[in-house]
Amino acid sequence: MMSSTELQAIYVMWLRQMKRYVRLKSRLVVTIVQPLLFLVILGSGFRQFEIPGIDIDFIHFFAPGIITMAILFSSMFTGISVLWDKQFGFLQEVLVAPVSRFSIIIGRTLGGATIALIQGFIILMIAIVLGTPISGPLGILFTIIFMILIAFTSVGFGLILASKMNDFQSFPLIMNLVIMPLLFLSSAFFPVSNIPVLQTIAYFDPLFYMVDGLRGSLIGKANVLPPIISMGVVLILCIITMSIGTYSFSKSEA
Amino acid sequence: MEIIKTENLTKKFKDLTAVDNISFSVNKGEIFGFLGPNGAGKTTTIKMLTTLLNPTSGTAIIAGNNIIKQKDQVRKSIGIVFQEPALDTELTGRENLEYHARMYAIPKNKREQRIKEVLKLVDLEDKEDVFVKNYSGGMKRRLEIARGLMHYPKVLFLDEPTLGLDAQTRRAIWDYIKKMNKEEDTTIFLTTHYMDEADYLCNRVGIIDHGKILVMDKIKNLKKSIGNDVITLSCNNMKKLIDNLEKKDWVKKIKKYDSHLTLGVEKGDEKIPVIIELAQKLDIKIKSITVRQPTLDDVFLSYTGRTIRDQEVKNPTNLPPRFRRRKT
Repeated sequence: MMSSTELQAIYVMWLRQMKRYVRLKSRLVVTIVQPLLFLVILGSGFRQFEIPGIDIDFIHFFAPGIITMAILFSSMFTGISVLWDKQFGFLQEVLVAPVSRFSIIIGRTLGGATIALIQGFIILMIAIVLGTPISGPLGILFTIIFMILIAFTSVGFGLILASKMNDFQSFPLIMNLVIMPLLFLSSAFFPVSNIPVLQTIAYFDPLFYMVDGLRGSLIGKANVLPPIISMGVVLILCIITMSIGTYSFSKSEA
Repeated sequence: MEIIKTENLTKKFKDLTAVDNISFSVNKGEIFGFLGPNGAGKTTTIKMLTTLLNPTSGTAIIAGNNIIKQKDQVRKSIGIVFQEPALDTELTGRENLEYHARMYAIPKNKREQRIKEVLKLVDLEDKEDVFVKNYSGGMKRRLEIARGLMHYPKVLFLDEPTLGLDAQTRRAIWDYIKKMNKEEDTTIFLTTHYMDEADYLCNRVGIIDHGKILVMDKIKNLKKSIGNDVITLSCNNMKKLIDNLEKKDWVKKIKKYDSHLTLGVEKGDEKIPVIIELAQKLDIKIKSITVRQPTLDDVFLSYTGRTIRDQEVKNPTNLPPRFRRRKT
């Protein structure tokens, strides 16, 4: 049973994330506008080609990939921002408070996930306005579950990175050399199932299960695996990254 | 009554012993200062006492609770103002205090009132809704002091409270510290490498160097221990003069440095002619001679063999990068 102090701490950490997000107008704009530009410009550009394996409009194929990307980037940033607090000293103030580190990290994670989900849902709404078909009520439910799982998994991954890095210098390196290739392989931008080699590699890509599962849930077409299987994989990933991320944070010394 | 008591507190980082077997105690209601140069182990001691670092060996009791076994209890009873600012600059001053109050489980009805109280104490009432990023260095420090006091801590730790602040602001901060010690009956443990700060604020100081406490006493007693007056003189053939002065029973303390020597004596102005006469008899040429009341600088010099300023000039690279930036 959690005491009210711990709940207060979770709430404070959540509230702090939200306030900072709403106040930083530039971040608000960038995190929503960037994926939208991807969706609209890349989407309109590619829809003129016939791509084998897609029997739907490319923008609709593309939407789940962009939603995943938006949630992934935003959540990872939250996780890594622990590093920011460390550099600016605020982390010490938090660590010396009479609350458990577990509550602190839960609050932070919830805050980051909330922000990422707000962004994800805005893009989802826009995709629906642009005509992306919805497979049905169960599909919507699955979509929401997937978005939540993607958000938590990515925060966890960001936390792990934050505990391994000492400054922000290696952050662009990880984004460009790890996250971008994984995103390309995930079928977010094009179907990988037509090329057996890519498909085999994609099975080792965690992002593949996120994108493919979200696509299968939302539009019910053009997915490789049944969404429920992808969901199982992402759930396990989520538990692993969150556990390691929380553990590394609890071990951190200011 | 003892409110802080440490026993053989030690912290080692790989092959560096930052804090070496220190034992001391601080009484309730006191303003106690740790005085020492950068890298002496002051911050490491504070980090151990505030549960941010686990000691390698030894332990400490704060307000009746063990810093290793009863971390949460200790955390509830202390407040801290870190050396580096630890505020969320994207939030307003009031929000920083409010979040702190929630973390320390101050009930809602008391929260408002307490925020008002602490803001008043540091004269920030009219700036409460300004974002902290727009605060000056002195305002930030004041807000941190206010925040440290929010939850009625029994002990407030201040790590270099006036580092990087201008003379006027320092003075104001000192007065706030004195005020809260008196009005809130908070015990204060502070670290500093400023002699004037220790002199002005502290009832008692411990001089710490290379992780060890060299001496600990009331400032008055420390000064007395080196004599009521200090005579500083430079001359040729210092050794000969020392040999002769050492035989005099009115010389309480004598210490030789590279270019000068200091004597601790009573009634210093009457001793100057005596010394000059003695030097002439020995055919020693005195280049300069002054007499003054002993300062903490003299105490520090006499226990460590160097001034804090000397050390900073010799090892400027020992300063952490952030410290260097803030000094400008």
